[in-house]
Amino acid sequence: MLALPAIVFIFIFYYIPLYGLVLPFKDYNFTLGFWHSPWSGFTNFEFLFNSNLVQIVRNTAVMNALFIVVNVIVEVTTGLLLFELGKRSSKVYQTILFLPYFISWVVVSYALSGFLDPDLGIVNKLITALGGQPILFYNEPKYWVLILVLCHVWKCLGYGTLMYYAALTSVDPEYYEAAKLDGANRVRQAWHISLPMIRPIILILVIVSIGNIFYADFGLFYTVPQDNPMLYPVTDVIDTYVYRALRVLGDFGMSAAAGLFQSVCGFVLVLLSNYVIGKISSDDKLF
Amino acid sequence: MKTASTTVAGIGSGKRKQNQQRFYLSVHLLFILLCVIVTVPFIVIVSASFTNETSLFRDGYGVWPKQFSLDAYAIAFANSKQLIQSYMVTILATVAGTLLGLWLMTTLGYVLSRSDYRHRNKLSFYVFFTVLFRGGLVPTYILVASWLGMKNTIYALFVPALVNSFYVLIMKGFLKSIPHALYECAKLDGASELRIFLRIVIPLSTPAIATVGLLTSLQYWNDWFTSILYTDDSKLQTLQALLYRMLSNMQFLSVIQPAGLDSSMLPQASFRMAVCVLAVGPLLLVFPFFQRFFARGLTVGSIKG
Repeated sequence: MLALPAIVFIFIFYYIPLYGLVLPFKDYNFTLGFWHSPWSGFTNFEFLFNSNLVQIVRNTAVMNALFIVVNVIVEVTTGLLLFELGKRSSKVYQTILFLPYFISWVVVSYALSGFLDPDLGIVNKLITALGGQPILFYNEPKYWVLILVLCHVWKCLGYGTLMYYAALTSVDPEYYEAAKLDGANRVRQAWHISLPMIRPIILILVIVSIGNIFYADFGLFYTVPQDNPMLYPVTDVIDTYVYRALRVLGDFGMSAAAGLFQSVCGFVLVLLSNYVIGKISSDDKLF
Repeated sequence: MKTASTTVAGIGSGKRKQNQQRFYLSVHLLFILLCVIVTVPFIVIVSASFTNETSLFRDGYGVWPKQFSLDAYAIAFANSKQLIQSYMVTILATVAGTLLGLWLMTTLGYVLSRSDYRHRNKLSFYVFFTVLFRGGLVPTYILVASWLGMKNTIYALFVPALVNSFYVLIMKGFLKSIPHALYECAKLDGASELRIFLRIVIPLSTPAIATVGLLTSLQYWNDWFTSILYTDDSKLQTLQALLYRMLSNMQFLSVIQPAGLDSSMLPQASFRMAVCVLAVGPLLLVFPFFQRFFARGLTVGSIKG
């Protein structure tokens, strides 16, 4: 009764779009509308598989996998170090590291253009000052794997660190005192107490991100490379492709086909990773 | 933790103490370095916005303006119509979206957390399923744009994103910690369900509401995608969408429309950065004060269960 508005809302905005499952099999026409558009069988999928599906799926999965690995390593490490510093002195660092979390990818793009701009960017100014040739970053896909990973870490560092730090502060200090009496040094304490204690939260976060591995961060991949076609070999992901097919090409069928592909893969992956976690430790299972 | 380490250090030799100090020093240095890395991009934007345009073109971006100038801001203020309009749109969408969204998510989370609600498990799955499986962008777009007729209306900016299933589950996790006996007592005293919700649940769950509310409002505030997806009208441009259009479009003159100025006279790069500062600055000054709520929310809501 109380929840009825929300239930209706979820139905409208989450369940009605599921009709889109049949959309890829139609030759959708905006003026004809959904019901009157003719069926087209698998043509949309054929188009999709014949275009650059492999590339966009690979970009999505590989980049996200890189993000997961790099983020976990960096964030857990900074979280542990922050924890070592203790509550009072880490406060300032927490606040500063958290700042990028508050801004959008658009603003990140502004900042990045300050570094990578071909003529005015700081990086190229440094390169030319050292006698090198300026690099046209916005034309060279090969640099963008690194750039995107750096941007992602930069933006998410504070959030992730804080999450692990918060998990660490809830660990009973008696463990550490006992370990100290036994003569365990800092590294051993971190390895044998801190890490196992935050293992559940690490696992959950990693699994959630693995389940979302086919969903790319649209803002990062679209605005940060400034939607530059020359960078598509690295930066074009499923989400940007779907968006372009929809808004630029107006190809609803193909766009929906890519979207469906994404939904199905994501769904399977979540179930799979949950199953795997259940095998490792059934306590950490998500559902 | 800290007291423990000092007592142990007291037992240890002087060398050990020295080692410990060296350790702290290096960790501090590391974090200072990290903080510098994190802040430099912000400084570059601010510095560029205060730099004279010709100097900017000669020397490039930097962390300190070589030739200080307020020209960019002067022009931005003289032509602030679009900026103000965008501020209004963004504030409206953020406030409306956050309040409505909070109401919907809290009520749903509350119902899910009530252990005496019969269809609890079914309803939980109903919500959780949307996390697992989504219709995708295209069907949603058709739904919002053509079936609900929200294209080019302010509603498109906040209505589709009102309920986030993930936040509902966070809410549920938190509300579960309220003892059920409380509801029983209130019922015995003759309180209606709505009264219980308003007088007991909401006051007791303020930390969770604050957290989810802040996350939601941040999401609305930083949203540019919905704006460029559903609106073509510059009157409905959110701040981030305005920034996005300026970034992607070299002819952003058409976006911000400075009156009576030749385009060649306009300081482009610094002007752009100035608008960026004006659009983002106020938020960046405000949000860090609420950071503890974000931190608390992370510990509050174990998503499980």
